[in-house]
Amino acid sequence: MIKAILIFNNHGKPRLSKFYEHYTEDTEQQIIRETFHLVSKRDENVCNFLEGGMLIGGSDYKLIYRHYATLYFVFCVDSSESELGILDLIQVFVETLDKCFENVCELDLIFHVDKVHNILAEMVMGGMVLETNMNEIITQVDAQNKMEKSEVNQDLTYSLFYLPV
Amino acid sequence: MSDVVEKTLTALPSLLSLDSQPGSAKLSSTSKLGNLIRGITELTSKHEEEKLIQRELTSIKDQVSSPNTSMRQMKELMVRAIYCEMLGYEASFSYIHAIKLAQQGSVLDKRVGYLAVSLFLNESHELLLLLVNTVLKDLQSTNLIEVCMALTVVSQMFPKDMIPAILPLVEDKLNHPKEIIRRKAVLALYKFYLIAPNQVQHIHNKFRKALCDKDPGVMTASLHIYLQLIKENSEGYKDLTASFVTILKQVVGGKLPMDFNYHSVPAPWLQIQLLRILSLLGKNDQSTSEIMYEVLDESLRRAEMNHNITYAILYECVKCIYTIQPKSELLEKAAKCIGNFVLSPKINLKYLGLKALTYVVQQDPKLALQHQMTIIECLDHPDLIIKRETLELLFRITNGQNVTVIVEKMLDFLRISKDDYTTIDLVGKVAELAEKYAPDNEWFIETMNTVFSLGGDMMQPDIPNSFLKLLSEGFDSDEEDRKLRLFAVDSYVSLLQSEPNKLPQRFLQVISWVLGEYSHLSAELEPATVMTLLSKLLDLKHTSSETKSWVLMAMTKLCEGGVAISVAQDIYETHSSSMDTVLRQRAQELQHLSQDSELRGRVLPRDAGLMPLEVDSSLSFLDGFVSEALAAGAAPYKPPHQRQEELAQAKALSLEPYSLSLPISMSSCSIADRQSPTLMSMSSGLSGDSTDLSHKGGSTTLKLDGVKRVWGREGYLAQREPVEETAQVEVPSPLRSPSQQAEADSTQSQTPTPTVTPELEQDKQQLASSLFVGLGSQSSVCLMGKSDPTPQRFRRKAQGRASSSGASEKTPTSLGSTPSPVDNLLCNSLLDSNLVSEPTNQTPQASQSLDTTNGNCHEELTDVKENNPSLIHNNEEPDKPKDLCLSSHLPTELSGLSHSEITPLCSNQSVNLSACHVQKEDSLQLVIFIFNSSDSALQQMQLQVDSGELKLSLITDSPVEEVRSHSVAVCHYSVTVKRPSVHVEVLGMLSYQLPGGTPQTIQFSHKLPLTTFIRPLTLSTEEYGSMWLAFSQDTKQNLTLINDDQDPLTTTLNVLKKKLQLHVVEIIGVEGIVACQLVQDQPCLMHCRVHAGTLAVWLRSPVPDLPDCLLYHCQRALQEH
Repeated sequence: MIKAILIFNNHGKPRLSKFYEHYTEDTEQQIIRETFHLVSKRDENVCNFLEGGMLIGGSDYKLIYRHYATLYFVFCVDSSESELGILDLIQVFVETLDKCFENVCELDLIFHVDKVHNILAEMVMGGMVLETNMNEIITQVDAQNKMEKSEVNQDLTYSLFYLPV
Repeated sequence: MSDVVEKTLTALPSLLSLDSQPGSAKLSSTSKLGNLIRGITELTSKHEEEKLIQRELTSIKDQVSSPNTSMRQMKELMVRAIYCEMLGYEASFSYIHAIKLAQQGSVLDKRVGYLAVSLFLNESHELLLLLVNTVLKDLQSTNLIEVCMALTVVSQMFPKDMIPAILPLVEDKLNHPKEIIRRKAVLALYKFYLIAPNQVQHIHNKFRKALCDKDPGVMTASLHIYLQLIKENSEGYKDLTASFVTILKQVVGGKLPMDFNYHSVPAPWLQIQLLRILSLLGKNDQSTSEIMYEVLDESLRRAEMNHNITYAILYECVKCIYTIQPKSELLEKAAKCIGNFVLSPKINLKYLGLKALTYVVQQDPKLALQHQMTIIECLDHPDLIIKRETLELLFRITNGQNVTVIVEKMLDFLRISKDDYTTIDLVGKVAELAEKYAPDNEWFIETMNTVFSLGGDMMQPDIPNSFLKLLSEGFDSDEEDRKLRLFAVDSYVSLLQSEPNKLPQRFLQVISWVLGEYSHLSAELEPATVMTLLSKLLDLKHTSSETKSWVLMAMTKLCEGGVAISVAQDIYETHSSSMDTVLRQRAQELQHLSQDSELRGRVLPRDAGLMPLEVDSSLSFLDGFVSEALAAGAAPYKPPHQRQEELAQAKALSLEPYSLSLPISMSSCSIADRQSPTLMSMSSGLSGDSTDLSHKGGSTTLKLDGVKRVWGREGYLAQREPVEETAQVEVPSPLRSPSQQAEADSTQSQTPTPTVTPELEQDKQQLASSLFVGLGSQSSVCLMGKSDPTPQRFRRKAQGRASSSGASEKTPTSLGSTPSPVDNLLCNSLLDSNLVSEPTNQTPQASQSLDTTNGNCHEELTDVKENNPSLIHNNEEPDKPKDLCLSSHLPTELSGLSHSEITPLCSNQSVNLSACHVQKEDSLQLVIFIFNSSDSALQQMQLQVDSGELKLSLITDSPVEEVRSHSVAVCHYSVTVKRPSVHVEVLGMLSYQLPGGTPQTIQFSHKLPLTTFIRPLTLSTEEYGSMWLAFSQDTKQNLTLINDDQDPLTTTLNVLKKKLQLHVVEIIGVEGIVACQLVQDQPCLMHCRVHAGTLAVWLRSPVPDLPDCLLYHCQRALQEH
């Protein structure tokens, strides 16, 4: 099971946080801070796995992270997940984001939090890996975006219709 | 930070223009969020950020509550609220609006609404109930996207009680034509299974259908469920092994569509999942393992491409190969793979290689030898995680010879580690190793000193606890004990003389206890000197009041002689007016006992540790006091639950039905059961106070009575005390004597050095030889299935082996001093046969089988055994000789009772473990049989059992440490339930050593159905009525009625009564009430009503989860009928 997915930048500012297990608001913030603290002090040439701190759940839990330019992507998982498998899942996630946003950068994540969440939801559902195939994820997301566009147009006619009144 | 701000600011306009689609609403919404973000990035302090966000939240709050806000604007506001929540600012006012948005909006608004709900709320949030209808509606929608959204939110969080409402709809989705829906439905059902297993019991067949789904995606999703199910019960799914193997074969063979390839590896995640399932299925099962050998070989062969993900598959393959029944060719390949991992320059692979090594090293210690130089390099690796993993590996291969080097490495790491979690974990490991393998006293005490100073106050309370226990119980020779204690005293005195203010509290407590107890051993140490040293601790600023009371206790033991008494007097004066009542109590004790040395001798006898202390748990010594109080008109004592009931009755309308009830009082009991010295001292201190308070200003004698009890319990630490022993199964193994160490050293020096590679430095090799000494020889588990032809690098002297086994024979072990259950039984049967003058007839098979299994060790007792009446009693199943023999070893107090079938737990070449249980009224008695099938005795045996749900206490007087060849040792536990669960599991580990061999461990788990803990609860209908009101945990469900010609309700209840040992209280018409209890004293009440052809049951209990679990077993019982 994946317990949490966190994205934060080099300064520890959260860009996305998704918890698949219930923690209180304070604990969530503490987890983000602590995770950033653990991850940020690691060099580039060390392994991508970390034993989870006590906050997240002790010896059974692991932090698996990747660092891309200004962002850290951290997955917190329990022992039922394969370490290298998750590492590649992060890669799939980032590649998908890259495709959806066309050269994704930190700002995309900031301004389209909801979109990022929707992409993530097609990949991980309730803490379980749902889909690992990038094309499939994009197909699903596109289907929803199409709907969005058609609705935007609908919406416009709707408001124009009422504008004179 | 400034560069980020700059980047953000410069990027903003372009981003906005890019995003500006037709429609001004879109633009303005983005710019609002844009403004917020721009605002935040411009800030310099946390305080300013807080102010800005609060302003933002107020503005959002105004807008969401305004009636003019359109759904579109609402959507935009939600995104802003999500952003604020992500930064850690609560926006609880928006929760209800998020639900509304999900309810009323168009598909697009819904999406944001659902997203916000899933980010804001959790499954126990009350607002979630408002979402149930929306989810119901969306699940029935014809719009695929709406169905998907509903399924996603359901699998993220859904209130447990509401699952039945949507379950049929989700089940229907398993037949949906679209694969994505089927897939999400499977995962949603899996989530239901995780939070409420009994609710989805009936759809296990549908899971099978999902496994056979024509779409590989749906099949992949169903594997999540199977992995979990098989983890819980691998026996039930063995029939699927062939299917999983076929699927894996097809995947590996590239039969899946190209879409599933990732970097041209076919469906790697699917392969990983399948390999994990296979390893669970093949564990301890030869025939199942055989089915998968071929495909594992194929996987290993195919996964040769040089991409990260193939290593993930390889790693799982290797783990699987080492988990299932071994096959030599595969093992060789797997070992090569591990080698590649460990030697890889890629750090992630090295990490996994170390992990794999740690996993396999117990079965195959030679593998660690092969890679010893790499391991040594990893010890100096700059990455702490790698270092930490290496230490974990070393921890597994520690033995008596390399312990000093390994512990030194661990302590080195501890000194640089800043992480609390690692510190706690590692400190525990060092303490464990030090206790197990300490070569001599000085090393042991010094290591423990470092452990205590580094571990500080974070470490597990067990560590100081078991250290003190070890010190006070001592080992085989009094002289050794004395030396050890003396050394501890000397070392602590010098510590106190140097810098006591740097020592952590726990360490100070240990020091004061040891000084109080043993400083008299040192001839040149005056009590007064120690008193003065201790009194300095009281003056230190950071000393906690708990530590102070330990110090005062130690002083009480010490105050002897003029100077000491005057010190005591001073201390009394400063602390007799302390605000802390416990401290005041201690000061009083100190004062009284320092004045009266004769009394002190009685209350605090020296070497009290040697005398067994009787604990009167019924507190019968207070009877006189109680009756006096009752005579004086005091109200009789009522247990808390009774008080609770009366309170409930007294209030006509109980407005707080869920207030304090039974579980709380129970949990407080269980805390007191497993005591650390600190807890103990606190609780005893409190009890001392309470007696004091209860008879204000009572006479001195009465007061001292209280004091005595306190000390009696405090002495408990020092005692071989039955209750304590049961709580802690782990037994410290005897320390090795210095002479043995010398022996070991000489062996070490004689070990031939491993193959020399010229460029390796001398010291690394030296380190290697000291780390891996004693590993290669005598791995009793020979996985290769053939005697090992590879030359052993480290050959031990034959003499060394003989001497070590000789040493353990020479010293009287606990087996010799206190009769083990086996001996006990034989003694008893001897008595029995004397009593029974006419020996009953013995069937030939039985005696024969007994002889063969018990072997020559008991030869002298054979005639006795042949007359053994208890054997005849058990002789109902002559076709099960092994079972029969084991059952003859049942502890005498259980031999008359009927026991469950003896089930094998695990076995290896030298030991067979099996277990059975006997249901007694107040507990379940679990008996574990350890049968030594090897030709030599098992030594230093330790059986550790543990369970998250159960409380196990050892009944056997002293734990068995040695089992002779071909004989049986018995461990007898009394088990009660801590936390109910459908199946409860006992996890155990047996560690032992064959003479001259390396320590071995073997692990097992034993599942017990909850039904074995259920007993009838006899009560009257009135009692039932009042209890019913008091219980807070409840569950309702419909069960199938058993319909035969008689009254269906009575028949059904009788079936339940028979199968689950329930007590039927009363049946009136179509209703019946039933009661039972979970041992010990955890009642559960059941109300049944026949309604529309089904049995509507309503269960209530004060114990969480008990109703659910019982319901599950009722369902099962009725299904099986």
